[in-house]
Amino acid sequence: MTMNLNMIQHNCTHTSEGTSCKCGLCCTTITNFGVTRGGTEILRNVNLHIHCGDLTAIIGPNGAGKSTLIKAILGEIPHSGELQFLDAKDQGTTKPSMGYVPQKLDLDSSSPTSVLDLFAATHTRMPIWFTYPRKIRERVRETLARTKVEHLINQRLGALSGGELQRVLLALALDPIPHLLLLDEPVSGIDQRGLDLFYKTVSTLRQDYDLSIILVSHDLNLVAEYADRVAFINNNTIECTGTPQEVFSNERIIKTFGLDWSQRYQSNEKDKVDHAHMV
Amino acid sequence: MHTWYSLMNLLLPFGWLQHDFMKNALLGILLVTPIFGLLGTMIVNNKMAFFSDSLGHSALTGIAIGVILGIDNPIWSMLFFSVLITIAILVVKEVNTASTDTIIGVFSSTAMALGIVILSRNGGFTKYSVYLIGDLLSINPTDLLTLSIVFILVITLWSVIFNRLFLASMNPSLARSRGINVRLYEYLFTMTMAVIVTISIQWVGILIISSLLILPAAASRNIAKNMRQYHVYSVLIALISGISGLILSYFWGTATGATIVLISSAFFAVTFVLKLRGR
Repeated sequence: MTMNLNMIQHNCTHTSEGTSCKCGLCCTTITNFGVTRGGTEILRNVNLHIHCGDLTAIIGPNGAGKSTLIKAILGEIPHSGELQFLDAKDQGTTKPSMGYVPQKLDLDSSSPTSVLDLFAATHTRMPIWFTYPRKIRERVRETLARTKVEHLINQRLGALSGGELQRVLLALALDPIPHLLLLDEPVSGIDQRGLDLFYKTVSTLRQDYDLSIILVSHDLNLVAEYADRVAFINNNTIECTGTPQEVFSNERIIKTFGLDWSQRYQSNEKDKVDHAHMV
Repeated sequence: MHTWYSLMNLLLPFGWLQHDFMKNALLGILLVTPIFGLLGTMIVNNKMAFFSDSLGHSALTGIAIGVILGIDNPIWSMLFFSVLITIAILVVKEVNTASTDTIIGVFSSTAMALGIVILSRNGGFTKYSVYLIGDLLSINPTDLLTLSIVFILVITLWSVIFNRLFLASMNPSLARSRGINVRLYEYLFTMTMAVIVTISIQWVGILIISSLLILPAAASRNIAKNMRQYHVYSVLIALISGISGLILSYFWGTATGATIVLISSAFFAVTFVLKLRGR
């Protein structure tokens, strides 16, 4: 049984609704997604509506299908249902272009792969073992500047800290600016300061470029702070969606993540409100 | 061929190059070692050393099939079988969750055992032992023509697919978000490997073929800082080891392939020390 707190809208006539949305007209819709692999149903009946400029966080227990949903959106694994991007200008529907920030790269710390290599391989067809095209260095430097990591251009990827690597990968996902940005939150190897810096950068970029963002996360404090909407995946489908306040006061979620956390969250929120009143 | 012989006489009037078989072997090395150097980098990146080893082992069954079918030159049956076993490994890897190492191990040992069983019928295995250590000096002008065609094909293919293959090997989902068909590139790469290993086996030998692929790249990895250096050093180390191994094996009367491998190992030792001192 699904209990969507906010009914999912299938058309894009919600100009007044998107709070942080500048254009308010374009959006990405996921309609009736399902994934079945090897006879086992991993996801069913998933519906999501992502306004541009919104950050939608996907939370849920391990094995609920969070990463499967990301892979299905990317088209890496086959799925049923539809993924559409509705453009503000012509109201036409297309496949959204996607930027993806992975949790990690498959390389060991000694790998002779520089940041420039990674970008050149993505942007050009000129084999990087032979040479780089002339103008690529300038373009990569500009792109890296968006996430303030342009000084790392000649570094090896294996020599970067977890936080630096995430910002390099974010810069890569933003060139060109995608319709939909998918963030698969790093599970380890990134310190609190790096994490804060990463999400501050994401927030700024979201406003500057009016990005639609899907974030998969385990860190509920982070979700509470940065997400506009939260989707809770459990038992292979989205069991509820809504603002962080709505979702985190839902019984089912309190049960999943523990009463402890929820109470702390509620009292934090209350403190914030009280504090605001005092000011 | 005559042009090559007279050019050699003119440029390199050394005693060891007086014989035509040495001139052929030298040309063979100039064609095949750069390919080893190039492909090796990706094999080491993807941690596929074991896979290249098993391709070598499975060649025994390819030879056996050739013998049963009564083909004079078993190269075609070897090619057919190694491509077949590559597809089998990839397919089983996709549907099965067991570790890739285990799957490769199962296929490799089965293929090798099957080859030995067929070839040792009536106690005649000794005449095939040439395939175990290889004979580079037996290379003839027809082989050289085949090698030249393979050389051009592999370099062209490598130039066209490298960047996308590189991204796919770093993170399949990231590659997918850039519209790269990950599976296509995985197949292209492993097929190329299968073809190169199989074609070279009669000259290099089943026992050491994968060392020739792995060692130059592994040595280069110790000192390279980006992809271009990685490839340039790897190809240079492969070429230098190849040529000096050929000359030394002539004077020492040893097997050429193994001599080349020893020199590559020396390169690895030296670069490893350089790497340690560079820290």
